[in-house]
Amino acid sequence: MILLDRVSKTYGKSHPALDRISMHIEPKEFVIIIGKSGAGKSTLLKLLTREEKPTSGKIIVGGVDYDKLKDSKIPLLRRKIGVVFQDFKLLPNKTVFENVAFALEIVGYGNREINHTVPRVLDIVGLAGKEKRYPLELSGGERQRVAIARSIVRQPKILIADEPTGNLDPKHAWDVIKVLEKINRFGTTVLLTTHNTDIVNKLKRRVITLSDGHVASDRSNAEYGGEAK
Amino acid sequence: MNHRLTTQGRIVKTGIQNFFRNATLAVAAIAVMAITLTIILFSVIANATFTNTVTQITDRIDVSFFLKDEVTDQQREGFISELNNRPDVESVTYRSKDQVLAQYKEDNKDNTDTLLAISQTENPLPATINIKPTDPTELDGLRAFLAQKQVVALQSDSVNDGGTRQTAVDNITGAAVFFQRAGLVGVLVFTFVSILIIFNTIRMTIFNRRDELTIMRLLGASSWYIRGPFVVETIIYGLVSALLSVGICQLIFAISTSAFGASSLGLLDISFASTYFSRNFIIILTSQLAVGILIGAASSAIATQRYLKFKTSK
Repeated sequence: MILLDRVSKTYGKSHPALDRISMHIEPKEFVIIIGKSGAGKSTLLKLLTREEKPTSGKIIVGGVDYDKLKDSKIPLLRRKIGVVFQDFKLLPNKTVFENVAFALEIVGYGNREINHTVPRVLDIVGLAGKEKRYPLELSGGERQRVAIARSIVRQPKILIADEPTGNLDPKHAWDVIKVLEKINRFGTTVLLTTHNTDIVNKLKRRVITLSDGHVASDRSNAEYGGEAK
Repeated sequence: MNHRLTTQGRIVKTGIQNFFRNATLAVAAIAVMAITLTIILFSVIANATFTNTVTQITDRIDVSFFLKDEVTDQQREGFISELNNRPDVESVTYRSKDQVLAQYKEDNKDNTDTLLAISQTENPLPATINIKPTDPTELDGLRAFLAQKQVVALQSDSVNDGGTRQTAVDNITGAAVFFQRAGLVGVLVFTFVSILIIFNTIRMTIFNRRDELTIMRLLGASSWYIRGPFVVETIIYGLVSALLSVGICQLIFAISTSAFGASSLGLLDISFASTYFSRNFIIILTSQLAVGILIGAASSAIATQRYLKFKTSK
């Protein structure tokens, strides 16, 4: 589903943010990427969503070879990838319903399809009944679940969650993780970056550790158990 | 197809919403665009008016050649035929002494003294040949021909070639050229200023809505979906400005013709300009709308291309 082959990214003349990293993520996998600030996690996700181009190396996501991807086709790629951000990136002047519907509107879904799909997705993330609320009226966890609903409403094959629990207290953080697990059970490949060692330990999934732009370790859930404490 | 229509509809709807949302920012852009369109409109109307005035005056320009009484019919016919063969002569009209006298009496029918004086002598007026030139501004060739010895021998009095009217034509043509040039410079300057202000307005709007635009990009909105509403918004600027410019012109004509009762403003024939404006109202309105839409759409298309980053950085 996701293949990176000796990918490097250097900004200007500085030290490389990513240095010849390779990884292969299978469909329906749930992979956690950890690492300190500056390890290259955000750069990696930006390369996957094509916000940045690699300095060298090959990236293939969902069968799309990024070397052959024209700028004009980037929107089509992003429609296949759901992205959740640490700062939610919700539109404050739109309601919960409108924020989620926005992802469908921009790709031309009709109002009938939107009215049918959005409530179902809000139900999946546990926000049924809060459709008319505005983001500022919600808790951090709820806002992040709105963001997740928006990222999955088009049923992407891949969901990238960039530190989605970074601004949340433990209880809300865990609510968000449970939603991500649920989505993964539906068949979506989930790529999660986090600092939260509790989440890493409890989830017991494949963990890729980035350090100083390199893949320091890539271990299955069983191998990883306990190390991040 | 259905999705595409829905998307187009949403782009237009968002553009209209943004127009009202950015109303304060839009005022400056609309004002300058309205001035630009008004200048364009005035240039067009002034040009048409000057052309009309010049045509009216040049139509009246002819060369009068006064024949000696001794000139025989044969000499006269030969001379007329020679004139008719000239490429710079459009038509030649001959009026006999009697016809000239009759016309003179008709022109002075209220002046009894003059009529009395002329009736007491033999007809003193010469037979006249009126020569209408092809181009009233190019009389040099004809003048040279009429100055030839054998031609002068037929002449009773010096040739009247409408010199005063020629001066008026030259003045009006000069003014028309000046206004055309001034109009062109004005149009260019204000079009440039309009585009700059629209650029700035869009830039500020993009800055105000940068979060929303970033989210749209990350969610996979096409570049047209992001740019479209800006283009729609500036098309509305163009429409409003065009209506304003036409309204301003109508107001100016209404005030200058009715309130002041003026028929001309300097060399500009206001009554013709006003008639021209009302006769061609639909064409003028359509053209103004088209130009407004063009300026708005083009400048926003360029501005969004420049200020919205669609390309992935390397």
